[in-house]
Amino acid sequence: MRMRLFLFTLTLIGGVLLGLVISSSSLVKAANQVDAQLALEPTFTPVPTLSKASTPSDDQVNSVAKQLYCPVCENIPLDVCPTQACAQWRDLIRQKLAAGWSADQIKTYFAAQYGDRVLAEPPRQGPNQVVNSMFYVLIGLSILGGVIVLVRVLSGERKSVPVRPPEVNGVPPSETYVSRIEEDLRRLK
Amino acid sequence: MVAEFGYGVLLITFVLALYGIGASFFGVVRRKNGWVDSARLAMLLTWPLVTLSALSIIFLLVTNHYEVNFVYQVTSNSMPFYLKVTALWGGQAGSLVFWSWLMSSFASAVMLRKWERDREFLPWVIVVALTTLAFFLALALFFENPFIRIWQGPTGNQMTAMFQPAGTLPVISPDGHGLNPLLRHPGMIIHPPMLYLGFVSFVIPFAFAIAALVTGRTDDRWIRLTRRWTIVAWVFLSVGLVLGMRWAYDVLGWGGYWGWDPVEIAALMPWLTGTAFLHSVMIQEKRGLFKRWNLILIILTYALVIYGTFLTRSGVLSSVHAFAQSSIGPAFFGFIGFTFVSSVALLLYRWNDLRSDGEMVSLLSRESFFLLNNLLFLAIFIVCFWGVNFPLISELITGQKVTVGPPFYTRATGPLFGGLLLLMGIAPLSAWGRSTLKTLGKAIWKPALASLVILVAVLAAGIRLWPAILGFWLASLVGFVTLYEYARAVWARHRAMDEALPVAFWNLAGRNRRRYGGYIIHLGVVLMALGVIGINLFQTETQGTVKQGQALQLDGYSIKYVSLAQFDTADGKNVARAVLDVSKNGQFLTELYPRRDYYYESQQPMTIPGLRSTLEDDIYVILVDWQPISANGATFKVYHNPLVNWMWIGALTFILGSFVAAWPDRDPAVEKVNESAIVPASSQA
Repeated sequence: MRMRLFLFTLTLIGGVLLGLVISSSSLVKAANQVDAQLALEPTFTPVPTLSKASTPSDDQVNSVAKQLYCPVCENIPLDVCPTQACAQWRDLIRQKLAAGWSADQIKTYFAAQYGDRVLAEPPRQGPNQVVNSMFYVLIGLSILGGVIVLVRVLSGERKSVPVRPPEVNGVPPSETYVSRIEEDLRRLK
Repeated sequence: MVAEFGYGVLLITFVLALYGIGASFFGVVRRKNGWVDSARLAMLLTWPLVTLSALSIIFLLVTNHYEVNFVYQVTSNSMPFYLKVTALWGGQAGSLVFWSWLMSSFASAVMLRKWERDREFLPWVIVVALTTLAFFLALALFFENPFIRIWQGPTGNQMTAMFQPAGTLPVISPDGHGLNPLLRHPGMIIHPPMLYLGFVSFVIPFAFAIAALVTGRTDDRWIRLTRRWTIVAWVFLSVGLVLGMRWAYDVLGWGGYWGWDPVEIAALMPWLTGTAFLHSVMIQEKRGLFKRWNLILIILTYALVIYGTFLTRSGVLSSVHAFAQSSIGPAFFGFIGFTFVSSVALLLYRWNDLRSDGEMVSLLSRESFFLLNNLLFLAIFIVCFWGVNFPLISELITGQKVTVGPPFYTRATGPLFGGLLLLMGIAPLSAWGRSTLKTLGKAIWKPALASLVILVAVLAAGIRLWPAILGFWLASLVGFVTLYEYARAVWARHRAMDEALPVAFWNLAGRNRRRYGGYIIHLGVVLMALGVIGINLFQTETQGTVKQGQALQLDGYSIKYVSLAQFDTADGKNVARAVLDVSKNGQFLTELYPRRDYYYESQQPMTIPGLRSTLEDDIYVILVDWQPISANGATFKVYHNPLVNWMWIGALTFILGSFVAAWPDRDPAVEKVNESAIVPASSQA
């Protein structure tokens, strides 16, 4: 019985692990694919290739600015940052879009100018790759920890103690009732 | 004078707290109850003293004593009275005293309970509570003193100090800097107290847990004693988080309620472990399992409460909410290290004594599902912890700062929250001890069938986004399971006790408020899930510059720019207020007034959206820019947020359920005794 439970638990955990691996790989893919990102944000149409003459709309600018963070304010997305500096950076994005740059190119430009902190997700290259992979190691260890917990609990660490009184009609033994019994027992001693 | 008084009283409180810790230790070691009682009185005395100190700060705030640095930073002449009072927690220094006051209040309330039966816990509860209190008092006294004043030296240089340095004169400014405009929203007035209440009240179950470890009381007595404290702490933390969400929605101009900001996550993390704890204590009470696990969870929750306060206070992570950098980081770090290491050391010392009383034999039992629930909450916590600390670790290792934004969190936590929803739908139907697929199937098929109807309706409405389809289906499953469980129990009681259905409904909830309060909370979560799915997956937005009379179009809505006025107000701000007409399918719906307030004293702008709210959706408009000379053209950003108001309705349901769960049950034994007491003496032969 315990072996079957153990195997079932492993299968369940394996399924969760597989799911995490799949979602992790989609995490990596989505960071590099604008289309995958836009599938989760159906509000924006893909950024088209613009002729140099056309002026990008505010929505087109915001669709790129949304993926960047204010270099100064920290943790404020560039599309909603109210400062004058952010307004100028949004204008810069507009110019780049008008010049035919793609969203990825603009993001790379901003990261080169102001550092990786302007990106909504840490880049998956260089030293950050090592640090980032620590997360997956941590997740793996956590899942392993969860498996160990489940297996140990299911295999049981028994101690002979009287079974607790069951609930009657969904009502647990009342606190007052239990304390009264304990008081009576103490008096008997 | 008042500043010296307030500081002096705070210093006395700190000394008293240290005395209480020492007296408690001495009393336990030497087995002298008198010393423990003295420590208890010291604990009680801290409350009026801290109250006096806090009232001193409030007095200085409302009477515009701008020579006091804290008063200068957070108030101004133009602020209304109530904002000057609430400015107590509008700045770092004052909020530390407020934290201390709440800690003292809760700890004193615990001291007022009857301790005869649990005498052995008392000294250690005092030690833990007073240690925490003493730490926050020390921060206020020695690092962020709210009573320090501004002085000017002979060369004109300004400095701050508690007592007047030689050769200096006090600087009394005619007006203050004023509270950050973002903090003048009603939600922001009550959000910090609620969060602090949640943080502080989690100290109480932690104190009892440490007492249980020290005394070797490995049974569940400490859990039973702190059951209501835990629910109360959890309610306050939940309310604090929801109020923060509402504040963000109303004033930050993002069109959203949660930005995965580090400070938001700092408050979420103890909530996650606290929620896991709230569920798993039930298993220890009912089945004697998870003793070690529960202790790990409460130790973790306490550590995260202090760690969350550290993240927001030390300036180590900047965010929208964070205060300016200060020197208290190392002190916090030291305290967290000390308390965490000591707690874990105690736990390891008692490890072998904490074996479970029973065993878990069925993977489909309720305790198994609760364990999975805990693991999922812990997994979300790990994601959040990593995301918040990754920028620090990355900067330490690579020298480069990075940002971990919403994309990481939503992808990593989305499936985990989905898993939690699924468990919410299954766990209430499983039995304690043992369940089989057959019994579960028998219990779930009706609600599952009803949820399939919703699934078909969702598909028929044209929704094809699979996370939304899955989310709506799961939310409906949980909703139907909860209502079904309620209905089954009410029907059974109606038949057994011959009560009318409404009476049966009321009496049932009264007999087991924790269970049925929990069901109401789950219903609240379902409603919130609808709002989260709506705004996260279906939000649309547009931005454009339009002239007067022109309109922006979004999802069938037409938002026409009518006019814009700019004017100064009596409370020291310049307001630019636009008027917009909102129509849908040619039918006029309402007028909206998005505006931008500019505060002269603090030179800070604040955007207030124009908001049209219905159960179906919100139209949310921000005034981004305008041309001041002609006021002819203006730039607006419009968000369409479907279903978002179900979040707030769900939150209210959630809170109602928490009150029900925390309310003491009616005692059936006492009711029976009361009935037998009226039997006449002649029949008692």
